[in-house]
Amino acid sequence: MSSNDSTGKTLLVATLLCIVCSIVVSTAAVALKGQQVQNKLQDKNRNILAAANMLEPGKSVQEIFKNRLEVKLVNLDTGEYLTPEKATEQWQQEALQNPVAYDQRKAAKTPEKNEVLSGKEDIANIKRQAKYATVYLAKDEQGKVETIILPVHGYGLWSTLYGFLALETDTTTVVGLGFYEHAETPGLGGEVDNPNWKALWPGKKVYDEDGDVSIRLVKGSVDPSTPNAEHKVDALGGATLTSNGVQNLLHFWLGENGFGPYLEKVREQGV
Amino acid sequence: MASETKKVLFGPIFDNNPIALQILGICSALAVTSNLNTTVTMCIALTTVVAFSNFFISCIRKHIPSSIRIIVQMAIIASLVIVVDQFLKAYAYAISKQLSVFVGLIITNCIVMGRAEAYAMKNPPIPSFFDGVGNGLGYSAVLLAVGVVRELFGAGKLFGIEILPAVSNGGWYVPNGLLLLPPSAFFLIGLLIWALRSAKPEQVEKPDFTLAPQSKALAH
Repeated sequence: MSSNDSTGKTLLVATLLCIVCSIVVSTAAVALKGQQVQNKLQDKNRNILAAANMLEPGKSVQEIFKNRLEVKLVNLDTGEYLTPEKATEQWQQEALQNPVAYDQRKAAKTPEKNEVLSGKEDIANIKRQAKYATVYLAKDEQGKVETIILPVHGYGLWSTLYGFLALETDTTTVVGLGFYEHAETPGLGGEVDNPNWKALWPGKKVYDEDGDVSIRLVKGSVDPSTPNAEHKVDALGGATLTSNGVQNLLHFWLGENGFGPYLEKVREQGV
Repeated sequence: MASETKKVLFGPIFDNNPIALQILGICSALAVTSNLNTTVTMCIALTTVVAFSNFFISCIRKHIPSSIRIIVQMAIIASLVIVVDQFLKAYAYAISKQLSVFVGLIITNCIVMGRAEAYAMKNPPIPSFFDGVGNGLGYSAVLLAVGVVRELFGAGKLFGIEILPAVSNGGWYVPNGLLLLPPSAFFLIGLLIWALRSAKPEQVEKPDFTLAPQSKALAH
């Protein structure tokens, strides 16, 4: 036993163990990556549908997604859709071919596809933003667009919250809001996932008559008879910073640096 | 040998239960038992990890320098837990999302470390493997018992299927919300330990202190 405790043997065992363990762990991680990415995507798609209240029991997510959603890319500066004529660069053409595969989060980190936000603009605290964003247009049975689903994200207390905001075609009335990825405190900020809280959102108005972003998260429950009740949502109890984060990210993405120009175009010209 | 294996395998379920007798691994028992889907997944994950960590640690037990043995055990356990976590993320994504950090926390689960140190370091690989499975089963037995009570009376369901129709869905059963909160698992485990020790009085610990007999009065 004593030979086991020599410095040489200790180092040898430690080194070999580390190598074996790291090989096992990395093999598992690499081998299962494909399946995991698939799951993440599926989960994201489910959340897109959930935000727009389109999940139907008995129908698979892919089926609804394929039949009723159209995915488009929007230039956030101009608010215009990316069309074949405007796709001058190769990545734009590729993204146009398969808009589902366009990864907005990756684009936000790629120098030629992103824009750095200055401190004052960056109310959602996301630092840089993709030039092109994905929008999901949900259609009814006749093929008429009834819901616009926008990906939104912004910083809460501990983490960036990633979610979807679904709006009616008047671009003002909320159909739903849901987050699919965050790491806020469970039980406090984590309550952004609480179905009861999410149920407060449908029917709220995000813009006021002048076209300014007006949605606010306020303390205490909102009495529907008070003026401007449709612009106010009860904030999360015990989670002021997460609530502020949600409000900020909505203001950012609905404002002129986010989907503001696009939604204005929708109001003027229709979807 | 056969009876020895049997003892190693089934002993931890009632006679030497890791949760009820040794009071190990309580934290995850509180956290994951509010519904049976997560409970079962957690039981399988933990049993796999204890069994294989015992097996591998036992395989190399004669070469582990005693100065770094805890770190060696931790490295093996941690690697196994990561592998299990990756598998869950790949094949049971929804449940792995619900279990969130608790799969990762198996690393610090006292049962795994305890068995590695107490059994695997001294015994050959095959019995160690069975010891791991046995302790995993002991843990699972308690978790499942707690999970059944919590989900059935807390939500009126088992595995998400309605058993007692709840009032909110037009039934007659008023769910006991307390059972869905973590403290209820404490009560249930407490009751379970009580029941087990009443049935098997040999499990009752000797009191640390006893009252000294009253000394005789000095004055006559």
